[in-house]
Amino acid sequence: MDRSQGRTGGIVSGGAPDMPTFTGNRALQIEEPLIFELGQPGRTGVDLPEPPKVKDRLNGLRRAGEIGLPGLSEPQVVQHYTRLSQKNYAIDMGVYPLGSCTMKHNPRLNEKVARLAGIGDLHPLQPQSTVQGALELIDRLAHWLKTLTGMPAVAMSPAAGAHGEMCGMMAIAAALEAKGERATRKTVLAPESAHGTNPATAAALGFTVKPIPANGRGRVDLAALKAALGPDVAAIMLTNPNTCGLFESEIVEISKAVHEVGAYFYCDGANFNAIVGRVRPGDLGVDCMHINLHKTFSTPHGGGGPGAGPVVLSAALAPYAPYPWIVKNGDAWTVAEDGAKVDGRPLGRLKAFHGQMGMFTRALAYIMSHGADGLKQAAEDAVLSANYVMASLKDVMTPAFEGPCMHEALFDDSFLKDTGVSTLDFAKAMIDEGYHPMTMYFPLVVHGAMLIEPTESQAKEDLDLFIAALRALAEKAKSGTAAEAFKAAPRFSPRRRLDETLAARKPVLRWRPSNDFKQAAE
Amino acid sequence: MRYLPLTDADRREMLAVVGAKSVDELFRDVPLSARLGAQVAGLPDHLGELEVERAFQEFANRNVSPSQAPFFIGAGAYRHHVPASVDYMIQRGEFLTSYTPYQPEITQGTLQYLFEFQTQVTLLTGMEVANASMYDGSTGAAEAVLMANRVTRRHKALISGGLHPHYRRVIETTAKWEGYSAVVSKVDVEGLEDLIAAIDKDTSCVVVQNPSFFGHVRDFSKLAEACHAAGALLIVVVTEVVSLGLLKPPGEMGADIVVCEGQSIGNGLGFGGPYVGLFATKEKYMRQMPGRLCGETVDADGKRGFVLTLSTREQHIRREKATSNICTNAGLCALAFTVHLTLLGEAGFKRLAELNHAKASELADRIETVPGVQLVNQSFFNEFTVRLPKPAAPVVEALAARRILAGVPVSRLLPEDPSVANLLLLAATETATEAGMAPLIAGLKEVL
Repeated sequence: MDRSQGRTGGIVSGGAPDMPTFTGNRALQIEEPLIFELGQPGRTGVDLPEPPKVKDRLNGLRRAGEIGLPGLSEPQVVQHYTRLSQKNYAIDMGVYPLGSCTMKHNPRLNEKVARLAGIGDLHPLQPQSTVQGALELIDRLAHWLKTLTGMPAVAMSPAAGAHGEMCGMMAIAAALEAKGERATRKTVLAPESAHGTNPATAAALGFTVKPIPANGRGRVDLAALKAALGPDVAAIMLTNPNTCGLFESEIVEISKAVHEVGAYFYCDGANFNAIVGRVRPGDLGVDCMHINLHKTFSTPHGGGGPGAGPVVLSAALAPYAPYPWIVKNGDAWTVAEDGAKVDGRPLGRLKAFHGQMGMFTRALAYIMSHGADGLKQAAEDAVLSANYVMASLKDVMTPAFEGPCMHEALFDDSFLKDTGVSTLDFAKAMIDEGYHPMTMYFPLVVHGAMLIEPTESQAKEDLDLFIAALRALAEKAKSGTAAEAFKAAPRFSPRRRLDETLAARKPVLRWRPSNDFKQAAE
Repeated sequence: MRYLPLTDADRREMLAVVGAKSVDELFRDVPLSARLGAQVAGLPDHLGELEVERAFQEFANRNVSPSQAPFFIGAGAYRHHVPASVDYMIQRGEFLTSYTPYQPEITQGTLQYLFEFQTQVTLLTGMEVANASMYDGSTGAAEAVLMANRVTRRHKALISGGLHPHYRRVIETTAKWEGYSAVVSKVDVEGLEDLIAAIDKDTSCVVVQNPSFFGHVRDFSKLAEACHAAGALLIVVVTEVVSLGLLKPPGEMGADIVVCEGQSIGNGLGFGGPYVGLFATKEKYMRQMPGRLCGETVDADGKRGFVLTLSTREQHIRREKATSNICTNAGLCALAFTVHLTLLGEAGFKRLAELNHAKASELADRIETVPGVQLVNQSFFNEFTVRLPKPAAPVVEALAARRILAGVPVSRLLPEDPSVANLLLLAATETATEAGMAPLIAGLKEVL
């Protein structure tokens, strides 16, 4: 019981913020061991019945000896992971302006509906007659995705954006093969500003990646692109809006030029949030585009997945869509699975079962909550917020390109020139101010890049405080006397800067009794 | 709109700061021909929370959930009980709404559980190192083959006929488009396949599954020796990770790469995803692994901390020379796995496995009493194959009409193979009950 309420005595200001504590804890920041250092034999967090004795049918392959898993009770497990959770920054805590990642609000309604027994507790190989609602749900989402993008087909199964890229580029390879051009069209063009996944995907499929330079406006250099186009080109992979946060204003000319030489246009849809409801990629001449449901349609990022990356396809690529897909026959839905007789030439299968149903459910709940009107408004608010951030900071930081931008504001590090403060230092100082840093050093075409994506989810008051904090940091950096303070940042986070070189030079990827940290430190 | 904080007054003030008259001006780089005048046609407007919830309840009502019916389906996805605290923990916003831990100072929560996850995976599989997870077991299997090709600089994978048909097709798809050869052995219903003779100097890897798709439990020690003698790697796939509580782990059989579908621990059926792929290998192959890796280090004050590491393998650094195009992992599903496995601990995990084996043994004994039904397996863990006196697909449909979810007709996954038409694959986990088994046996007697 707290008996100190209402008493004013005993408050002392000042003191020593660096004062050590007995436990090493700092109030709400609790030092937490690994589960392997916490466990005790004889403890468990589950109560399971005694298994009945049965004749062993394990072919003599029963495991001998201990696995080595620690034993913890339920309260210990809950405390352990709760304490770990408190060492994380999250969208739920505030501005998370990680450019290119679209860290928008994750509505809890979406979590609730994904957990309905009739949706979350279904086996993918149940008889199709027992999952009609689930198949209709996938088909409903597919309809929204096709309509919003103005594309005739969608492959739903890719598990993430990069997986969607693989799907789309395989569809292009399949279309080339059908035309007898797989061996001759070996070049894929990608702007220097592309996400790393683009060249990685193309290279995995045996294409040679040829970078296309940007022009002074941060867009694809159309003349350079045209010069690179020829009968050897399979496709261009282009992000739009691009990774500089800019709309490719000559995109119609680009797609026309690409198609004229018989190549395909792969659009990286990572930044679809900026234009959803205002522009349909199908109207731009796109042949395929993956949609990161975890970005544009708000399925939670979950600490790095799971995501989902459905791919919309043009009429030219639709016949090559991978298994499975949903077919509607009258009032019934079926799944076309491997071996189903179809008109097209499916490129194969990318994943077991039907795709990331849990993400489909959340994305559809998000989409239905917004509606066509709300999605458009969300895109506009995201773009307005990014422009507001850029306009409010342009006198103290250096925008990389002339505006207006789309959903993210890109700055370079020239405002830090001769200050001794780097982009990394600046980002780490943001942590002490209570913010997750922006994306740093990407895109590669801008020196010391800082890519800020505020999304539509932040109130103006919160944006204003964020802007004021960045202004203060920029001015502090430019004072020329604060480099040491920046280098020491962050100071108030659960950990200070971590030695990444050590981690890579002597990789320790698992706990072992012999590398018990406390023993090693002694 | 409840998710959008900006008011019209905010928008006007912000536009004034930006120096634009309207938001349309911000979209001026969009070519005229592609500008939509109004919102996208043919789609409904926004809905309140109540209306959305109602719509999803209607979807749900049109499905038969395993919670409402006797249920014996496995084939790569298994229904287990998940403790309530697992789902609570993964819904904590600090985990749910965080992203890839690019800034380790403020994502130690994610990084530490990934380190715990990697350690758990090595312990279960008997391997030396593991990554921070893959999309699922099937994509992990394809990545394992690509890794074996890199390690051996060979381009021919030998695929067991006991591998899950979806996994096989995912591998075949990458083989076709990424340019290597996947030689698939004939379907191995009886669990008697011997792949040793098929290994040659071009073989990069042999991919087997344990227990196999048809449920057989095999020892691959000799196969591992043969692989190593020929300079090839042995990849062992496990689609039911709970089996590792009872079975000799692949690492002890000499496996070079182990890939598991981790869904059974912590993750519900979810109609097929998202799941979580476990990926483990030997330390000497660490730098050829795909995916994220979390490693231990120290911070500026000398305190232990964790970071993403060895990222020079990855696409965001290496671009076209990366080991894989994979960007993320299955973070939250990996957390569910780790929390559940931590709750289970050594004793609980082993007991869970014993329970599964006991339930499946009971089901096997009972199903053999149905006239005309023949158990194919000599060995199994929690899943086995039976041969029916007639095609399995219509039998399963007839039982579904009686609200019994009886298993997977093998023909659904291997439609091109008439020899499997009468085969039915059944699984029983700790969730199976007498109240479920009795109607299954009675129903089978009726429809056969």
